[in-house]
Amino acid sequence: MEQIKTRIEAAVPGASVEIVPNGSTAGQPSLLVDNARALAVARFLREDASLRLDYASNVTGVDWLDTVVQEKRKVKQVIDGMEREIEQTTEHKRPGYLEAVYHLYSMELKHGPIILRLRTANRTDDARVPSLTPVWRGAEFQEREAYDLFGITFEGHPDLRRILMWDEFKNYPMRKDYTAPDDYEYEPTPHDDVLEKTKRHYPRSPQQAP
Amino acid sequence: MDERLRSELSKQGIFTTTLEDLYNWGRKNSLWPLGFGLACCAIEMIAASMARYDLARFGAEVFRPSPRQADLMIVAGTVTKKMAPQVVRLYNQMPEPKYVIAMGACAISGGPFKQGYNVLKGIDRYIPVDVHIPGCPPRPEALIHALMTLQQKIDEQALTGARRPRHLVAEAPSEFPVPEYGEHDLEPPNNPAVWQPPTLVRSE
Repeated sequence: MEQIKTRIEAAVPGASVEIVPNGSTAGQPSLLVDNARALAVARFLREDASLRLDYASNVTGVDWLDTVVQEKRKVKQVIDGMEREIEQTTEHKRPGYLEAVYHLYSMELKHGPIILRLRTANRTDDARVPSLTPVWRGAEFQEREAYDLFGITFEGHPDLRRILMWDEFKNYPMRKDYTAPDDYEYEPTPHDDVLEKTKRHYPRSPQQAP
Repeated sequence: MDERLRSELSKQGIFTTTLEDLYNWGRKNSLWPLGFGLACCAIEMIAASMARYDLARFGAEVFRPSPRQADLMIVAGTVTKKMAPQVVRLYNQMPEPKYVIAMGACAISGGPFKQGYNVLKGIDRYIPVDVHIPGCPPRPEALIHALMTLQQKIDEQALTGARRPRHLVAEAPSEFPVPEYGEHDLEPPNNPAVWQPPTLVRSE
């Protein structure tokens, strides 16, 4: 992964690539590419003789909400004339963004996946990333799907329309702050969110109230 | 007509019947389904029409490619909100008398996708359904049972009076409003003339 990163940065001038570690059991790190050079980086990944990532198997979106990130750092402080190590917690707010994730394989060299991430500036008015459909033709419908469900605008996409929902639909259903239309009806075994809906739609009679 | 007289006449080689029996017999034994499937239930529907289960025994083997020639709509599979207006439109294009079998958990209630945003929670929100089949997917036997239930239902209908079928009631609608694609959901989310959300009756 480090090698690929240095080779990308050598081949594409001005490209900034960041390795995003993956803390889960899969442990599959991914490459975060800046939007301005993404197309050139994608071309390099496809054309390079030792990578030849000619197949984009999967394009998806990820929604990251605004979060408060807590960082713990050990700081040396002088307290009562004695130098002590104290754990200090700093909090900073990280604004939310949307991510487009590409899983790339090489059919020719039989290796992969290399995971590519593109980030939008924010979740609302500037949710744009460059489209990689000119590089991998198979990404066309999947980018349309990410546009449909996450609202990521792929710039340079040949035909960016909704693919699953109807054209008049206004929401982006896979976003975490999406609320589905409230067309609830009775459920025999409600639980979690459904239980909350049950209480709202079918309030208990006063005799049964606990 | 008197049963004893009829039996006596048939012994003499005179066959008698009523118009009602003849009409119901004709309707129930030539239920031509509309050949359209929406999801995995359609595979079971196809299996039911093939040699092993042989839906042809019930006069329902002619799957019609056009709604104009069909009597029975088997809603076989998940009805997504994007597909629902087309399903209602197909139903409207069928000539009377017409029947609907909602096949499978998705078609009757939304099934495993009920909590989702994109699946209609039962086709009975827009069109009147005669027989519901639960199952995910129902076996071909279940579809055959539904068809037999529908035949029985047709057989019990009268030509006049309160028990007459819907298509003989002049003021009953034959076409149902096709829902529009709204900004958040289908407009309207259900046809109140056909379906209302259930009210709970709790035993005190």
